[in-house]
Amino acid sequence: MLNYIISRLLQGALVIFLISLATFVIMRMLPGDPVMLLLGEGEIQITQEQIDAIRAKWGLDRPYYEQYLVWAGNMLRGDFGDSLIRRGVPVRDMIFEAMPVTGRLNVMAFALALLISLPAGIVAGVKRNSPFDYATTIGSTIGVALPNFWFGLMGIIVFALMLRWVPPFGLKTWQGYVLPVVVLASEQMAVFTRVMRGATIETLSQDYVRTATAKGLSRQVVILRHAVRNALLPVVTVIGFRIAFLFSGTIVIEQIFALPGLGRLFVDSLYRLDYQVVQSLVVLLAALVVFINLLTDLAYAFVDPRIRIER
Amino acid sequence: MAVAQLDQKQLSLVKETERRSEWLQAWRRFRSNKLAVAGLIFIVLICLMAIFAPLLAPFDPTEIIAKRGAPATSEHPLGFDDIGRDLLSRVIYGARPALIVGLVSTFVSVVIGVLVGAAAGYFGGWVDAVLSRLIDTLMAFPLLALLLLLASVLGPSLWTTVIVIGATTWARFARVVRADVLSLKQTDFITASRAVGVRNGRIIWRHIVPNILGPVIVLASLGVGGIIILEAALSFLGLGLQRPTPSWGLILADGRAWLRQHPHIATYPGIMIFLTVLAFNLFGDGVRDALDPRQRAD
Repeated sequence: MLNYIISRLLQGALVIFLISLATFVIMRMLPGDPVMLLLGEGEIQITQEQIDAIRAKWGLDRPYYEQYLVWAGNMLRGDFGDSLIRRGVPVRDMIFEAMPVTGRLNVMAFALALLISLPAGIVAGVKRNSPFDYATTIGSTIGVALPNFWFGLMGIIVFALMLRWVPPFGLKTWQGYVLPVVVLASEQMAVFTRVMRGATIETLSQDYVRTATAKGLSRQVVILRHAVRNALLPVVTVIGFRIAFLFSGTIVIEQIFALPGLGRLFVDSLYRLDYQVVQSLVVLLAALVVFINLLTDLAYAFVDPRIRIER
Repeated sequence: MAVAQLDQKQLSLVKETERRSEWLQAWRRFRSNKLAVAGLIFIVLICLMAIFAPLLAPFDPTEIIAKRGAPATSEHPLGFDDIGRDLLSRVIYGARPALIVGLVSTFVSVVIGVLVGAAAGYFGGWVDAVLSRLIDTLMAFPLLALLLLLASVLGPSLWTTVIVIGATTWARFARVVRADVLSLKQTDFITASRAVGVRNGRIIWRHIVPNILGPVIVLASLGVGGIIILEAALSFLGLGLQRPTPSWGLILADGRAWLRQHPHIATYPGIMIFLTVLAFNLFGDGVRDALDPRQRAD
């Protein structure tokens, strides 16, 4: 088990390194010069010496590998540098400012999705081909095909503009969370319900479930104690895997509902060529994904000894 | 006489079974799935609509004819968009980029995924180690963030969109193909081909690839829908297709500013995205059940 943990940790570190390298390279390839953009493309009269001074101050005049090493070293120490555009504001402050919004949204959406999809998936799997099963299948099929940005816009039209139950934009009151959370949750819900249903059906056909039934255990005990507990395993993997997708949904949702979270920070910084913010965000999020995947893998290995032996 | 007739009958039965190749059997299974067939029919209709857009669209999709968001008339059944162009014509033309990106990106993604996955699984060792870390890295990237980044590096356009989506979504395919190839490698017929000295490239191309085609086709047909959503999301965020090209994601972005006054602009392109993605997903489910009856979801 210890060997497994160590090898997974090393793999994770390697992946984060590769991601930081890739992000850095991509950022240097971006068209446009952040210094020029900041100075308003020739609107302000400025001498070449002054431009050079700014470049030197930000380290933009040094060779790329040096720039990368400095940046990576700083990142490891928790110093993400200063924003190039919002002069002098540390990137860390910008990220900390936006993080609670994105965090709250996603935790609520995730909780809502799990709360509804897991029981729904189990019941649909147990009562196969029942009206409830059909309803869940139809619901999750629709949920997967629904583009979240359009669902969000339709939500605004119906519930904010026509019915006036919730505000169309912003988070001034708790009602502002309702639409974004529901929209974010809908996609997860569809995926989780499908997986949970499939896993339930799969485990219910296993021999040990039949044995448990033959032993005379009640249906409830067989389902909850024997089947569902094992069916949760593949679901955990999918949930860990879906974490990487969370941010994609957040980018779009925060844009639509004008929420000051990480997704909006990312898009705004990208439009403004704010190198520091974009690359810090990507690396941080990737590290988060790697970390969560590691946790799910370890949890899996802990629960299911077969995985430890296999590798 | 009777005996001879029976033989005839049996013979024709044998012949028919022979003709019933694996693909034909798969087609029969697919055909019996009504939802999948409905999906396929819708896909064909959308493709026809995209190909014959100039004939079907009543107006030029980029011509400004009326004032902003003017309501529907009998000549313009969907009304007008945010600067007074015929919305129906724009929605019809919008099928083109959606399908081009959906199909070509999936193709690119599958080709890269199969090559990488087959190489990793077949050669093993350090090749596998390197490629597997590459796959892990790509899977850990926040996808939409990476797409937005790459699109702004390359400059947003139709073909940029096709390439960046194709180049970033292949990791899933590679993972599945790698696992399949790993188990194929253990089979006797591969060992036999190696024993008689068949070159690696030929073994991969002639023996491995045909055997993993089934799962790959399934993954590909299930992937198109998600890629169409990605294209629309990219265009919606301004880093996919560019104005004035009619794209469903772009029309949505145009309509977003006028949700209160002219909600119809954002409504129709979204319905088209939803229906098209739904059709591809149902079709993909049908293909999965037809090609791999063991993996049936229900």
